[in-house]
Amino acid sequence: MASTMFSLAFATPSASFSLQHNLKSKLKLGTSSQRAFSGKDFVKAKSNGRTAMTVAVNVSQFEGITMAPPDPILGVSEAFKADTNELKLNLGVGAYRTEDLQPYVLNVVKKAENLMLERGENKEVATIQGLSGTGSLRIAAALIERYFPGSKVLISSPTWGNHKNIFNDARVPWSEYQYYDPRTVGLDFAGMIDDIKAAPEGSFILLHGCAHNPTGIDPTPEQWEKIADLIQEKNHIPFFDVAYQGFASGSLDQDASSVRLFAARGMELLVAQSYSKNLGLYGERIGAINVLCSSADAATRVKSQLKRLARPMYSNPPIHGARIVANVIGIPELFSEWKKEMEMMAGRIKSVRQKLYDSLSVKDKSGKDWSFILKQIGMFSFTGLSKAQSESITNKWHVYMTKDGRISLAGLSSAKCEYLADAIIDTYYNAS
Amino acid sequence: MAIRAAISDRCSKLSSSSLGARSLSSWWGNVEPAPKDPILGVTEAFLADPSPDKVNVGVGAYRDNSGKPVVLECVREAERRIAGSFNMEYLPMGGSVKMIEESLKLAYGENSDLIKNKRIAAIQALSGTGACRIFADFQKRFCPDSQIYIPVPTWSNHHNIWRDAHVPQKTYHYYHPESKGLDFAAMMDDIKNAPKGSFFLLHACAHNPTGVDPTEEQWREISHQFKVMGHFAFFDMAYQGFASGNPEKDAMAIRIFLEDGHPIGCAQSYAKNMGLYGQRVGCLSIVCEDEKQAVAVKSQLQQLARPMYSNPPVHGALVVSTILGDPNLKNQWLGEVKGMADRIIGMRTALRENLEKLGSPLSWEHITNQIGMFCYSGMTPEQVDRLTKEYHIYMTRNGRISMAGVTTGNVSYLANAIHEVTKSA
Repeated sequence: MASTMFSLAFATPSASFSLQHNLKSKLKLGTSSQRAFSGKDFVKAKSNGRTAMTVAVNVSQFEGITMAPPDPILGVSEAFKADTNELKLNLGVGAYRTEDLQPYVLNVVKKAENLMLERGENKEVATIQGLSGTGSLRIAAALIERYFPGSKVLISSPTWGNHKNIFNDARVPWSEYQYYDPRTVGLDFAGMIDDIKAAPEGSFILLHGCAHNPTGIDPTPEQWEKIADLIQEKNHIPFFDVAYQGFASGSLDQDASSVRLFAARGMELLVAQSYSKNLGLYGERIGAINVLCSSADAATRVKSQLKRLARPMYSNPPIHGARIVANVIGIPELFSEWKKEMEMMAGRIKSVRQKLYDSLSVKDKSGKDWSFILKQIGMFSFTGLSKAQSESITNKWHVYMTKDGRISLAGLSSAKCEYLADAIIDTYYNAS
Repeated sequence: MAIRAAISDRCSKLSSSSLGARSLSSWWGNVEPAPKDPILGVTEAFLADPSPDKVNVGVGAYRDNSGKPVVLECVREAERRIAGSFNMEYLPMGGSVKMIEESLKLAYGENSDLIKNKRIAAIQALSGTGACRIFADFQKRFCPDSQIYIPVPTWSNHHNIWRDAHVPQKTYHYYHPESKGLDFAAMMDDIKNAPKGSFFLLHACAHNPTGVDPTEEQWREISHQFKVMGHFAFFDMAYQGFASGNPEKDAMAIRIFLEDGHPIGCAQSYAKNMGLYGQRVGCLSIVCEDEKQAVAVKSQLQQLARPMYSNPPVHGALVVSTILGDPNLKNQWLGEVKGMADRIIGMRTALRENLEKLGSPLSWEHITNQIGMFCYSGMTPEQVDRLTKEYHIYMTRNGRISMAGVTTGNVSYLANAIHEVTKSA
């Protein structure tokens, strides 16, 4: 069976065609890089280029290449940087800022920089270091593509923008499950259950472990139990993206409860972790991909294949961030200090949520219920502003946010809450 | 069809097991252990060996004359300057601008017009592997019908990279086993016989694993033939500075192609020449027609990086830009890289002399003719296995010796062992 899977993974032409076909139609929804996939335009350009080549040598092979669109999230920061207005506010990328809106290097990280420690490992878990959350997701996607060709990943609607790119580039088909309910600015639980139920048996269900990005809306513990029941019933595989452990409630353990709930039931699952936010190690690209298997033997084999997928991508992962993490977690005093700093960061975010909510409630005379801001959790809040309104708030108020209406509370200081409340109210009621 | 059968088979196994206890059946029953990586697997085996005589001439990581890993002084100084002074925010998707600028100067020349005219699309990459991979993905996306011509032999990971990028591979002749040198005639034939406009992977200097490089005249002929055929040259430059000890000299092949007007691609790595192995820092560059095209190409390279790792790691890039951006540190680096190259050249001489003194019936000229970190010894896999089993000497089974692992302390032991397994050949 293994060899059959293998030869199917290195696909027959018809299998790969249908995957490519899927990819092409998915790409139509998103970016203009669809043009990039068309071989025909290129061939035309290339044949012109080749004729010209005998005369002038400087004609490029890449004639037909168009400009990629700005990244919907990272592009926001670029636009913010270019803005000269002194009132400008960056609520785009989810990177933690202090009250003074400065980046924060944790004290514990500063202490940890030059040592290295070994950690004990649970033998049933296959773990390799990944390039933060993105890289860990990508390796997992590559594993799915290789060993479950044709299996689908279900992702929430909405989800972090890069999830789709990751599965597209890994050639893994995906579809969405309902998640956000704009009427309640909360979870569409019934819709989520329906879609997970309707998915073909053995699908991968991508779940945000805590602090859902971009909505900030997490299932309750009871809802998690029902989701786990359904996933077991349908023989789906849970695939957790854990980018904010510690950042949701302030407690590392509390924020791991969804993953632990599933693991306690004896389910095999995948977990992608990131230390970008909770240890502030954004630029070091440090995370991990974990596959919890039913046996140590399976874990050994899976780990070997994870490494084999990483080898042609980057050979081995960057060492610096890993050393820091190993020290912070491995040295008890540093670990305690980290937990305190984590509580502090999560605490600051909770307090700006409260302050923003208070300002909105006071300033908005219409009686609209803004309490969803308090119910949402983690770095982000889904404001309910439309795409047009998100653009308008940038143009008029110099408030930078992503077009899906998401604001990053991490980029908000309590000093700026009133300004933001004014901007949101004005935009919500006056901008179309 | 077999997939569905496999899934439902697995599903029925799982549904029959009880909830609450971890099922003995697994989703991952069909996952076989991956074959050991031929290069990295050697070090793993070496580490597991308890013999006090063991020698590791497997992986191409530089060692000093005591067999210890080296962190360059200029790197330590750069790290001192960096520690605590920067935050760890995300780099832009394309990586560190400063590091890229310095990298382009190294590869293309300080006064390169291509740099002045902003015709080079470049991103920071995850060392050489990452640079090759992003290029391979880029090639697949924008020239979907193209193939890549890869020399025989080459670094084994090249095959993995282009395979995982779904780019079909062809090979071209390179190594001539009889002379343990370059099979230039066959190589030129392959270049002429490839369809016009083919993509070729070239090692810029210090070919891995053979250590055999074309001469300057041969490079000029290759470049000329590439012009005639309209081929695309992609240079993997992992050893700039490490081959001759002089980075400018080691960039000769690239400079010849640039003089001839080729719009090349280039993967650069700082793993060896700055000893930054674990930091994963390198650069991918592609020469374009003009600034506008370079901007477009760069944006597409970033588009490929985003779903792989979002942005590249900051630490190594800071080290590189600190060193290359400071004239004193840069000079210090140049001295240190020359020192490493000189030590290796010295060990080549010593190994050859030792073998000749032992009265080996074979010719060992190739040890000093070849250049860079590796020596393609000409030994067979069986002979290599004997070296490992009987003498605890670890190298890859293609007979590649990493000269960086040879020291004055182990060179005669190594020579003796090689002599013993080859004398009756």
